[in-house]
Amino acid sequence: MKLALKVTEVETLSPLVKRFRFEDPTGAELPVFSGGAHITVEMPEGDIIRRNSYSLISDPYDGSAYEIAVRREDQGRGGSLYMHTKVSEGDEITVSTPSNLFQLDLRARKHVLIGGGIGITPFLSQLKQLDMEQKPYELHYAARTRDEAAGLKLLPEAAHIHVHISDEGARMDIGAILDGQPLGTHVYTCGPEGLIEAVADQAARLNWPETAVHSEAFTAPPPGEPFDVVVKSTGQSITVKADQSLLEALEEAKVKVEYSCRGGACGRCQTKVTTCDGRILHNDHWLSEDERGAQQDIMPCMSRFKGTRLELDL
Amino acid sequence: MTMHFNDETFRGDYTYHNSPEAIRRFPFPFDQDSYMYSVNIEQHPGGPKGTPFEFKFDVDEHYVAEMKDREITLAEDPLRCQSLPHMELAGWDLLELIMVSKARDYPDLFTLHRDGNDWHWINKPLGIEKKFTFLDPTTLPCGPMEYITRQTQGDFALLHERDGNLWMDAGMVTSQADWSLDFDVGMNFFEWHAPVPKARKMGVFDKALKFLLAVGQGQHYRRLNWTMTVNPRLDTSPENYHKWGPEKRTITPENVGQKQFLRVELQTFFRLPRSNALAFPIRCYLANLEDLAIVPKWGRRLHRVLRDIDPDLADYKGFAVNQETIVTYLSQFDDGAPTSPGIFPDA
Ligand code: FES
Repeated sequence: MKLALKVTEVETLSPLVKRFRFEDPTGAELPVFSGGAHITVEMPEGDIIRRNSYSLISDPYDGSAYEIAVRREDQGRGGSLYMHTKVSEGDEITVSTPSNLFQLDLRARKHVLIGGGIGITPFLSQLKQLDMEQKPYELHYAARTRDEAAGLKLLPEAAHIHVHISDEGARMDIGAILDGQPLGTHVYTCGPEGLIEAVADQAARLNWPETAVHSEAFTAPPPGEPFDVVVKSTGQSITVKADQSLLEALEEAKVKVEYSCRGGACGRCQTKVTTCDGRILHNDHWLSEDERGAQQDIMPCMSRFKGTRLELDL
Repeated sequence: MTMHFNDETFRGDYTYHNSPEAIRRFPFPFDQDSYMYSVNIEQHPGGPKGTPFEFKFDVDEHYVAEMKDREITLAEDPLRCQSLPHMELAGWDLLELIMVSKARDYPDLFTLHRDGNDWHWINKPLGIEKKFTFLDPTTLPCGPMEYITRQTQGDFALLHERDGNLWMDAGMVTSQADWSLDFDVGMNFFEWHAPVPKARKMGVFDKALKFLLAVGQGQHYRRLNWTMTVNPRLDTSPENYHKWGPEKRTITPENVGQKQFLRVELQTFFRLPRSNALAFPIRCYLANLEDLAIVPKWGRRLHRVLRDIDPDLADYKGFAVNQETIVTYLSQFDDGAPTSPGIFPDA
């Protein structure tokens, strides 16, 4: 479901990160949401509509507005550049209703949230939810420099909120954070792949149950080399440009594919591959190792292809 | 719109009955002359005016009597309503969803005034008026899920999403076709569906689970399921099998038209906003064969479906022992004429 909203605030949080606030143009209440939820933002350019998903950073129970924080990725597919250069206060903007692929497990005795860089964003709504639910938690935010730490402006000051700036010699010590947490604690990580792995490794070493270790799976689709794809039902051949995802290229060619997260995490866009002469570059978090190896399924929102012929059952 | 509520029972003397309007709006589940298990999911709400698909939560002439029957079942067995502690937020989400929908769709019957978290709820058919604070459980006589589902037809399961699966961690179950909340609470999606024959093999549940996990806020879905029950009994739970199981043996060619009921479940799915849980209301509709055959298309079709059904499914749906009697009875309504597609009666 889509919502036609209005941009009511744009704020520069750091040289690379801007905060956006969207409200209903008539002042109507927006659907409330759960901590960790995201929305998909539409960015029309000429004939094509680019769509990126961003974590909501505003108060989940406050229906007066949605807020997101966007980091400019100069190497990306252009979505974040669009947000940074083309979107200003007063503009109309179309977004999806919220959905959540990174929810808190409310059974936990305590929640430990670990965010690296822009990976702080999903935790900003989660900690508001945790405050409201009066659940014990601690949050750790790691960034390289204070200048880059855009999240600082969005975090409340509190004893259970810890900031680690590595350039100031305050590197985050994951072992120390996880060690000694009470039984029944859940840990959530969002940020660079390396951070997610480090937390998972450390938790495994401390014998945490796997079900108590969560990470934010979705990322933006990576750009790559252009490739061609054939639509089986029509025989149509479509070129996927370097800065476009396969899903975006199919949409541009008016081929209908289901989607939700556009980040390789929800499974909605899974598509059967009928011919694959080459190698699928699986960038999603959905397919299993076996499914990847079989090359009979692809997640068009994230994955790309290298080879001579890729035909999809569409 | 004024609605008349039947004075009727779902046990003992079984005075349950359908008015002519209730028969015409019955959610007949077969869209063709044969049946095979499938996921058959559609968007909800949405459907012709007056049908049970028009609104998110259908209220009909059986409302008051069904709520009385629920009260009786709960008094005998309080465990029919359970909610694990982490599901309270989902209970509030459900309460909000139902109150807002009913007040909007049935303004003559229900009213909701909201001032921030100060809520004022009026339920005219049940004579309830309550002021309470949203999200504050101390202001309600019981938990939010129990409170609202004592005022809403149908059973309710609240599913918690974790580890890529759905777990039934709360529910109100008093009108269920042969499954037990006490047994299933805390189970995941696959464990809970394990008894359905053939479906697992067909991969139906893997697909259904993937689908459910991807249901987003504001997208609601429904599907119809069905089974057969002797007598209009809501509480056909395994716990009470000794009460209703033997009734299957009371069917004769003379009484089958009145005593044999088609039991249709309107299952709906809603993603709840604050908890991200899935609400899974399961609404039960009952009509006996005699009433269903008043609609010529349904008489013909029901005969064909029940005559040709896979024997395993006849067993699972609980009517194998009476299948012959049922099919013989229904054959008088089947002149062999073709039936129109879709579930609705011909105009
Ligand atoms: S749209 Fe969610 S995995 Fe592709």
